[in-house]
Amino acid sequence: MFIYPENWNSLSPDEKMGARFEHWISGGGTKFATAEAEKTFRRHAQRIKDIVQLRKPDRVPCTPMADAYIAEYGGIRYGDMFYDAEKAAQAIIKFHRDFQPDYNMVMLGPGKMYDRLGMKTYRWPGGDLPMDTKSYQMVDSDYMREDEYDQLIADPEGFFMRTYMPRAFTALEGWRMLPTFFNAMEFPIVPMLTGVLATPPVREAFEAFLEAGQIAAEYMGTMAKITEEVVGKMGMPATMGGFWKVPYDIIGDTLRGTKGIMLDVYRQPDKVLAACERLVPIAIQMGIEGANASGVPIVIGVLHKGDDTFMSDAQFRKFYWPYFKQVMLGLMDEGIVPGALVEGRYNTRLDIIAESGLPAGKTFWQFDQTDMLAVKKKFGGWACFGGNVPTSMLLASTPQEIKDYCKNLIDSVGQDGGYFLAPGADIDMATPENMHAFIDVAREYGAYS
Amino acid sequence: MAEELVSTLAELKEKEALKNVENRLNAGEDPLKILEDARRAMEIVGDRFASGEYFIPDLVYSGEILKEITDMVKPKLAETATETKRLAKVIMGTVIGDIHDIGKNLVVFFLDINGFEVIDLGVDVSSEKFVDAVRESGAHIVGLSGFLTLSFGGMKATVEALKEAGLRDSIKVMVGGGQIDERIRGYAGADAYGDNAIEAVSLAKQWIGG
Repeated sequence: MFIYPENWNSLSPDEKMGARFEHWISGGGTKFATAEAEKTFRRHAQRIKDIVQLRKPDRVPCTPMADAYIAEYGGIRYGDMFYDAEKAAQAIIKFHRDFQPDYNMVMLGPGKMYDRLGMKTYRWPGGDLPMDTKSYQMVDSDYMREDEYDQLIADPEGFFMRTYMPRAFTALEGWRMLPTFFNAMEFPIVPMLTGVLATPPVREAFEAFLEAGQIAAEYMGTMAKITEEVVGKMGMPATMGGFWKVPYDIIGDTLRGTKGIMLDVYRQPDKVLAACERLVPIAIQMGIEGANASGVPIVIGVLHKGDDTFMSDAQFRKFYWPYFKQVMLGLMDEGIVPGALVEGRYNTRLDIIAESGLPAGKTFWQFDQTDMLAVKKKFGGWACFGGNVPTSMLLASTPQEIKDYCKNLIDSVGQDGGYFLAPGADIDMATPENMHAFIDVAREYGAYS
Repeated sequence: MAEELVSTLAELKEKEALKNVENRLNAGEDPLKILEDARRAMEIVGDRFASGEYFIPDLVYSGEILKEITDMVKPKLAETATETKRLAKVIMGTVIGDIHDIGKNLVVFFLDINGFEVIDLGVDVSSEKFVDAVRESGAHIVGLSGFLTLSFGGMKATVEALKEAGLRDSIKVMVGGGQIDERIRGYAGADAYGDNAIEAVSLAKQWIGG
């Protein structure tokens, strides 16, 4: 956890970033089992700081992003990662011990918590999917109606709590009735607020929420055990400190659905723009909370609906990028390194981003299927980047093919530093030989002279 | 009037296009002619997408306007309306476990405007459903869509099920979507990988010898 020093508000953004990196690289309060583990941790973390700041570290870092594959390798079902904390911990520890990645990949979702809340916006193994399903996925729908933009814009947090949450979580339907907390202002009207809490639907919703919190806390308690092994003994830092979202994606993914926002862009573009602007501070707040809770200075935005085919260049410039950029700038002001996991292809967006005036050496970009030579040309010397190793290779290629592909990436785009080796998306299906080849190649071949 | 509908729909001018349809229906025009104009407009939309002028939101929006037009025209259609002749049947679906449909819907859309009869099985389609659909329809082309990496497994299982059902030799299978590529084409044992909806149409045309 990152705790603000007393003089935080008087620090410049650069000093804030320096403080966050220093806290992270020093272990952020981790109790290391051995001096060796601490040294390893510091070396790996320093390497990430070096690439963010566009230097050449000792060698190319590798962030493998294994997800469902961790379960498969550990001999458990992916659903066990959500419903059996003990098994999940064993699988996660085994994966890290056997493959020795530079960075840890620990993701836990408490299945019973999602069940207790009656979450409708996702499907997951052990929920309404078979336990051995190798992925969870979102249910694309319009949880916000087309005529509700004004309500969202007037009070995003209130709209989310009273309108979105009851629609997205069966157990929270009672929250529809929540009065405004501003009732707490005046002595005689405080009971307007508190009285409603005693009505059965609201009470049941809060009870469900409390229980869900308890389940989550217990499940996440397992994290301490995993962290002790993976960080404390093996010295592997996490690289993703939390998440933020592009405002357009908050509306498109979560509120209006893919089809909904695509129609809104034509039918009510001004409302979409106003909502995007209104959501900027909330997206920034998500990133700050993540970075503070984890102590890791890099937070990730997973980009969905700004891909080359998902909108025109003009739409990207108007609806997507301006607010995306505002969130990045807001995070930088807090000393946080905004990172982006660029899903799909961004070949036509690179110029817009690289020429936007965002400062150099303060962002982190992981690409999926974008042309990496073009990325190198546009981003080289301006921002650190990596990614692009196809997830299909981990399953369907040979170890030698993977090594050759990665060597070619390192040779063609990684020679000047500011670069990391990573897949284009989460790895859910793989073979052990391929996973070894992928993780080992950075060590065997990625050293800078 | 006819050209006006073609151009307004192709330009995604929703209100103008719907007004045109309303006026023509009120004037007693043949509803089939209106639908034919809408079809021509959608061809232009498709061409613009293929050339990089239009993007997915344009297709979604044009599809929505077309649906509104069809809803307006339908009640006026004679029951004996003639079916247009189709090139061939294609079975399409997102494989089991995956509920993404944007890419799949694009392929369906483009096959349809290019004259194919598409049997769309929807999302999260089991291999049994694909097998049944091939049997029942007699289709010779199957398109498997998937966005998530988990669809790697669903595609392989579907091709194997088609093989076990003795149907593999009489059909061609194409795969595409999200993380799918030529490697997964090989892994699944499909005949071809298509990077986008336009390639899906070329493959289908190639396979029927067109």
